[in-house]
Amino acid sequence: MNVEQIRKDFPILARQINGKPLVYLDSAATSQKPLAVIEALDHYYRTYNANVHRGVYALSEEATEAYEGARDKVQAFIGAAQRESIIFVRNTTEAINLVAYAWGRSNIHQGDEIVLTELEHHSNLVPWQILAAEKGAILKHIPVLDDGTLDVGQARQLITERTKLVAVSHMSNVLGTINPVKELAQLAHAAGAIILLDGAQSVPHMAVDVQDLDCDFLAASGHKMLAPMGSGFLYGKVALLEAMPPFLGGGDMIRQVWLDHASYNDLPWKFEAGTPNAADAIGLGAAVDYLRSIGMDAVREHEKQLTAYALGTLGELPEVEIHGPRDPDIRGGAISFCYGDVHPHDLAQILDGEGVCIRAGHHCCHPLMRKLGVSATARASFYLYNTEDEIDTLVRSLGKAGQLFGVPVPSPAAAGEG
Amino acid sequence: MSLPLDDLYREIILDHYKQPRNRGELDPHTARVEGNNPLCGDEIQLDVRLKDGELEDLAFQGRGCSISQASASMMTEAVKARRLDDVQHLIDSFKGMMHGQEVVQKFPVRIKCALLAWTTLEEALKEASS
Repeated sequence: MNVEQIRKDFPILARQINGKPLVYLDSAATSQKPLAVIEALDHYYRTYNANVHRGVYALSEEATEAYEGARDKVQAFIGAAQRESIIFVRNTTEAINLVAYAWGRSNIHQGDEIVLTELEHHSNLVPWQILAAEKGAILKHIPVLDDGTLDVGQARQLITERTKLVAVSHMSNVLGTINPVKELAQLAHAAGAIILLDGAQSVPHMAVDVQDLDCDFLAASGHKMLAPMGSGFLYGKVALLEAMPPFLGGGDMIRQVWLDHASYNDLPWKFEAGTPNAADAIGLGAAVDYLRSIGMDAVREHEKQLTAYALGTLGELPEVEIHGPRDPDIRGGAISFCYGDVHPHDLAQILDGEGVCIRAGHHCCHPLMRKLGVSATARASFYLYNTEDEIDTLVRSLGKAGQLFGVPVPSPAAAGEG
Repeated sequence: MSLPLDDLYREIILDHYKQPRNRGELDPHTARVEGNNPLCGDEIQLDVRLKDGELEDLAFQGRGCSISQASASMMTEAVKARRLDDVQHLIDSFKGMMHGQEVVQKFPVRIKCALLAWTTLEEALKEASS
């Protein structure tokens, strides 16, 4: 994998911030977009923009073909057996809410248990809290161990015949941990429950095969995997989707409508009410093509190397505390850390002065922050376009923050360059 | 560096961040109010004691970025032992200043950090007088 070549595909990486080259280390929040995706959007709006599934004219047919073609690409990307399994949504949050409303409201009853984990993003906590409050269901949470991994022993205790759903992040957006979701899927199924995976962080960064994992639902965002904002998808097993009532009602999701009732469309359109975000779904298709041309194993390998390098160089700094597993084999490239008593927001502000973009805050994980005993962390996260040089810049910039706040500065070797 | 980072992280801010004034809890207190900035995770707990139309004493504790915590520390010095109408006047003018001030305006995300203590104080005074 040629990173220098890949970087040329991302126009934004040529930008300067505050007079310094942009060092973008926040891909866990959203990824940058390659020319192929930007051009797919441009091409759509310039040459064949029309409402899909509607017009009997060439433009609409072309738009429909490209939109449905994007669905086929996503299907192949995650190894789904049927295209009917892929529902286009705005983002992971909407995908999870779709399941919470459509599946949850007809399958969760009083006293049923929903098993989550302590490291979930708010988007995989709050929809279930709302559902549980409405139905009188019970939420249980698999604990996170001190090393940042899930307590699988506890998971075995928590997943019982009372469990109806296990909803778990495939890869933590804070700790980077890749959770043993295949094992959790087996536990869930053995108990007669189903499993939903929050794939927001895993799908962009590693090969994910829904049949191999045997997950019942998988939610993911396009914008974290090189695709436009506002694109995302839900994968669901066809039998489950068939049995579920619709989510949103309106155009396109119906077959016939009378004044007082309606019959519904086939999958996947039953869950796509109203004019869809066709251009961005087509952009998602282009992003999938781009990622497949490089290969997800190559992407994962590159990020594993970067992660190992960053864990090493950051870990050597005095006063740096890294939250999450140290083994790059069981984690992705989102690294949360604290630096002395410099608050993450101050850190991010000072790094911005050096052109370095990192995330600072609670990362939409209040409960996990409480568990870690911090109010916020700084987070650097990597993607296929990042380099070891950029991690060196991060480390050097931390030195500047340290000087300002009186934290011991990095070793002279790291601080002296540039 | 084109951003005036040195202006934002002035000596006085760092001094108040590292050695906060009036930090802790106040007993007895007329009101205790918690404020937080959900975007950043900045937290503050503010105790106030009112006596004869005056903000007799106040104390804060919390955690957050240097801007939020230094702002709280500086605020306690500015408003302590002042008449309540003076305090309200200071709150109003600080808010006005934040929305017009050049340095913080270059860091719009940080305005909320700087305002947290002041909006929490406003709430504490409301609660204390109700």
